[in-house]
Amino acid sequence: MDTFQETIFKLKKYWADRGCIIQEPYDTEVGAGTMAPETFLRVLGKKKYNVAYVQPSRRPADGRYGDNPNRLYKHQQLQVILKPTPADVIDQYLGSLEAIGIDLSKHDLKLEEDNWESPTLGAWGIGWQVMLDGMEITQFTYFQQCGGVDLDHVPAEITYGLERIVSFLQGKESVYDIEWAPGFTYRDVRYFDELQQSVYNFEVADVPRLWRLLDEYEAEAQRLVDGYRAEELTDAEKRRFPLLSAYDNVLKCSNLFNLLDARGAISVTERVGVIARVRKLAVGVAQAFLDQEQYREVA
Amino acid sequence: MSIPFLLEIGTEEIPDWMIPGALDHLRAKFPGENVRVDATGRRLVVRADVAARTPDREEVVTGPPANVTGKALDGFCAKQGVTPDQLTVAETPKGKYWSFTRKIAGRPAAEILREEIPALVQSIPWPKTMYWPSLGGPKFIRPIRWIVALLGNEVVDFEFANVRSSNTTFGHRRLGARGPLPVTVDNYEQVLEENFVIVSAEKRRAKILAEVAAVAEAKGLRAKADAKLVEVLTYITEYPTAILGSFDAAYLSLPSEVLVTVMRHHQKYFSVENADGTLAPNFIAIMNIPSDPEGHVVNGNERVLRARFNDARFFYEVDQKKPLADRNEDLSHVTFQAKVGNYLEKTERVAALAAELGGSDAEAAARLCKADLTTEMVKEFTDLQGIVGGLYARAQGAPDAVAQAIYEHYKPLSMEDSIPSTQAGQALSVADKLDTLRSCFAVGLVPSGSKDPFALRRAAQGVVKILAEGEVAVSLDAFCESDDRLKTFFRERIDYYAREVRGFAYDEVNAVLAAGFSDVKDVVARLAAIQEVRPTENFEPLAAAFKRIQNILEKAGSIEPGDVDESKLLEIERVLLQYVRQLPDSGAYQGRLSSMAQLRPHVDSFFDQVLVNDPDPEIRENRLRLLQGLIAKFSSIADFSEIVTN
Repeated sequence: MDTFQETIFKLKKYWADRGCIIQEPYDTEVGAGTMAPETFLRVLGKKKYNVAYVQPSRRPADGRYGDNPNRLYKHQQLQVILKPTPADVIDQYLGSLEAIGIDLSKHDLKLEEDNWESPTLGAWGIGWQVMLDGMEITQFTYFQQCGGVDLDHVPAEITYGLERIVSFLQGKESVYDIEWAPGFTYRDVRYFDELQQSVYNFEVADVPRLWRLLDEYEAEAQRLVDGYRAEELTDAEKRRFPLLSAYDNVLKCSNLFNLLDARGAISVTERVGVIARVRKLAVGVAQAFLDQEQYREVA
Repeated sequence: MSIPFLLEIGTEEIPDWMIPGALDHLRAKFPGENVRVDATGRRLVVRADVAARTPDREEVVTGPPANVTGKALDGFCAKQGVTPDQLTVAETPKGKYWSFTRKIAGRPAAEILREEIPALVQSIPWPKTMYWPSLGGPKFIRPIRWIVALLGNEVVDFEFANVRSSNTTFGHRRLGARGPLPVTVDNYEQVLEENFVIVSAEKRRAKILAEVAAVAEAKGLRAKADAKLVEVLTYITEYPTAILGSFDAAYLSLPSEVLVTVMRHHQKYFSVENADGTLAPNFIAIMNIPSDPEGHVVNGNERVLRARFNDARFFYEVDQKKPLADRNEDLSHVTFQAKVGNYLEKTERVAALAAELGGSDAEAAARLCKADLTTEMVKEFTDLQGIVGGLYARAQGAPDAVAQAIYEHYKPLSMEDSIPSTQAGQALSVADKLDTLRSCFAVGLVPSGSKDPFALRRAAQGVVKILAEGEVAVSLDAFCESDDRLKTFFRERIDYYAREVRGFAYDEVNAVLAAGFSDVKDVVARLAAIQEVRPTENFEPLAAAFKRIQNILEKAGSIEPGDVDESKLLEIERVLLQYVRQLPDSGAYQGRLSSMAQLRPHVDSFFDQVLVNDPDPEIRENRLRLLQGLIAKFSSIADFSEIVTN
C-alpha cells in the first residue's frame, strides 16, 4: 500500500514521462489549482504548455475544525494542464489511475457530466466528474474561456482530489487516518492546520480589517492593470511590466472574499457585487497578459 | 436496390439526458429507409437501408424566345453545352421558346452520403456545445474520436471535426480489446458485445430492470421503481450490471426522504424497501462492468454512502439546534429576487394570503414555510426544500396539519405530480405561487418565449391544477385586477391544462374561455358539460347557427338597448322567443345545454322563414334584439361560435 506522498510521486512521474513540466505549488493562497498562474495565465494564448503540480487549495467555508472525516479547509489537488489536448487524453488519464494501483477492470469508472465554471475568474469549460465506485475522484475539464477570453487551444485540465483518491487506495474512512509518510498520518501532518485555521476563519478573523485589506489589494491590482493600459509605454516597458504581480493581488482579493464569506460577513446581495469586483480584475489581468505575449516573445 | 448502411459517431461521454433528443434528430433527418438509431454515452449509431443510387431524371431547359437567332442563340448554346440542332421550339403559356431536354444521371449513394453526413451530424441541436480542438473549430457536444461509416462493405469516406471515417470502432474503455476493432454492417453489434458494449439502449434498459429486480428479490426485498433513474443509467453505461450494497441500519433514524435523496440524486442508486414498504438498509448501484467478484465496487460504494450519510446526520443535528420558528429573521438576508425583496417579506405576504384562502393552519404553515432555506440540509440538498421544512416542523412539535402543509407546499412540481393532499397545503401552495406571480409581474419580470428564469409558467400551471382539482377557490379576475398580461398568462395556462392535462378539444376550450375563466373549477364544469352534449345530434348544427347569429350581430354593429316588442314579431319568432324565455338561467350546465339543444328546430325555421334585414329599420332592430337575447342566454357558459363544425 502506497503512502500519500508515494502516490503523489507516482502521479508526478507519470505525467513527467508524458512531457509535463513538474511545477511546485504556487506560493500565494488559492481556492483551487486552476487559480495558480500556471493554469490561469498559461492557458491563454497560442503557446503549447504541459504542466503538473500539487496545489494546496484553501476553502475557508469548508473547514470543520479537523472534526469531519471528509471535509477540509485545505485540501491537496494534483493539477495537470495539457495544452493543446492530446487525442488520447482520456486514455492517458486512465493510465495514470492504473499507475497508482487501480485495476480498472475490477472497478466501476464513469464520466458524468459536470461543467465547470468560475464566475470570479470569468472562466468556464465543459467536462465531467470522474466517478470511481461511486466516488468523485477527478474533475476533467476542456477549458473554453478564461478571464473572459476565448482560448486559442482547448486545454484539458485534470484535477485529482488527492485525499479522496488516497483514502480510497488505503481503504480509510477518514482522511485523517491516511498514512502520509511511513509512520506519519495525515492527522500528524495537518490536524492543527485545520483546527486553527477553522478557528480563525469562523471566529477570530477581524472582519473590518479583512474588508480594508480587500480594498487595498483590489486598488493595487487595479492600479497595475490601468498602468499596463497606459498609452505611453514602450515595447520594452510592456515586456517588463509586472502583470504577474497584479495577478498575485487578484488572488489575495479572492482569498479575502472567501474568508469574509466563511465569517458570514457577506450578505447574498453583497456577494454578487464582490464577485463582480474580483472578476473585473481577473479579466483585466488576463487580457493584459494575453496582449503582453507579443512583447514576451522578443528576446 | 437498397444497401444496408451503418454510421457510428464515436465520442467522449455525452451527457445522458441529451442523447434521446439527438437520436430523434438523426432519425428524422437521415436520408434513407427503415432508419434505426441507437446510442451509448460514447457512440451515436444510425442504421438504415439506402438506395444504391438515385434514379436518372430529365430536365427541360427553356432558352430565349423562338424569334432569337444568331449570336444570342449561340451564346445560350455555349453556356448550356448543346448545339443549335439539339434545340426545339416549345409552346409555353408565354409564347414560343427555344428549349431542350437534359438527361441527369442518378448519383451513387456513397457520393451523396459523403456530402450529407457531416452536415447532418453538425446539425444536431445540443443544449450546450464546446468548440474543438481550437478557436474557430466545429462546435459539438464533446470531442469526436472516431467515425464508422459503412455502405454495404465499403467505407463511405469523409472527414468531420478532424476525424476521418473508417470501418473501425472501439469497445469498452477498459475491457475487451484495446485497439481499433474492424467491423462490418453485419457483425457490428456482435463485435461490440464481445468487447463489453451493448449498443442497444433497449437491451441495456431491460438488463438494468431485470437485474435490479433480481438482486433485490434475492434478499426478499423490493427495489423502488424509478423510471427516470433507469433512463439516466441506460445512457451512462455501456455494459450495465446491478449490485446490491448495504448500510448501517442506524442511519434509518434519519428521515427517509433525506436518505433516498442522497442515494438517488447524489449516488444514482435505487433505494430498496422491505415487504411492508419501509426503507431497507440497502441500495442497488449500476456499474459499467460485468461483475464484481472481489467486492471492490460494492465496498467502494458503501464507503462513499457512509460518508454522505454522516454528512446528512451532521446537518440534521446542527439544524435542530435552531428551530424553524427562530429562523425567519435570517430570511431577511436571503434574496427572493433582487427587485422584489427578501424571503422574510415574502413570508409575510404569503401568510396574509394563505390566511384568507385557507384559514389558521395555512397561515401558521406559511409563517414557517421558507425557514428551511437557512438550514444546512437544504443548502446541501436543495431539492428537499419544503420537505425538510415539513419534517423539521413535525419534529419540533408543530401540529400535523401545519407540518403536512409545509411538506407539500412546492407541489405540484409538474403536471404529472399530484397537488398537496390537504386543504391547508393547497391554500399555502396557491398563496406562495400567486405571490410569486404577482410580485414578479409587478416589477416587469414577465416570461417571454423560452425565457422564464423564475419558472413563473410552472407556478401558474400549479395554481391552475390546484384550483381545478383541489378545495381552494380564488377569483382570478379579482386577483389579476387590471393587469391584462397576468390575466392573459393565466388564460394560456388554463388553456394548456384543459387541453393537455384534461384532454378537452381545442375549440371547446376556446368557446368556454371566451365566456370567462375567473373560476377554474367552473371552467372545467362547463367543459365537461359541452363535451357530454356535443355528440348529440342537435348540438353542432345549433353551434353553426350561433356562429351565423354572431356574424349577423357583428355586421349590424351596436343595437339600441331595449326589450323585444312581441307585436312586431312573426308567429314563428314568437314561438322561438317563448322557448328562449323558458330556458333556465342557472343550474347544472348539462341540463341547460340539453334544453338549449331543443331550440334547434325553432332556430332552423327562423332562418328558413325570416329575413333579419327587414327594410323596416324598427322590425330589423327588434329581430336583432331577439337574437341578442338568445346569445346572451348562454354567454356565461361558452361562446358557441368558437365551436368548429363540419
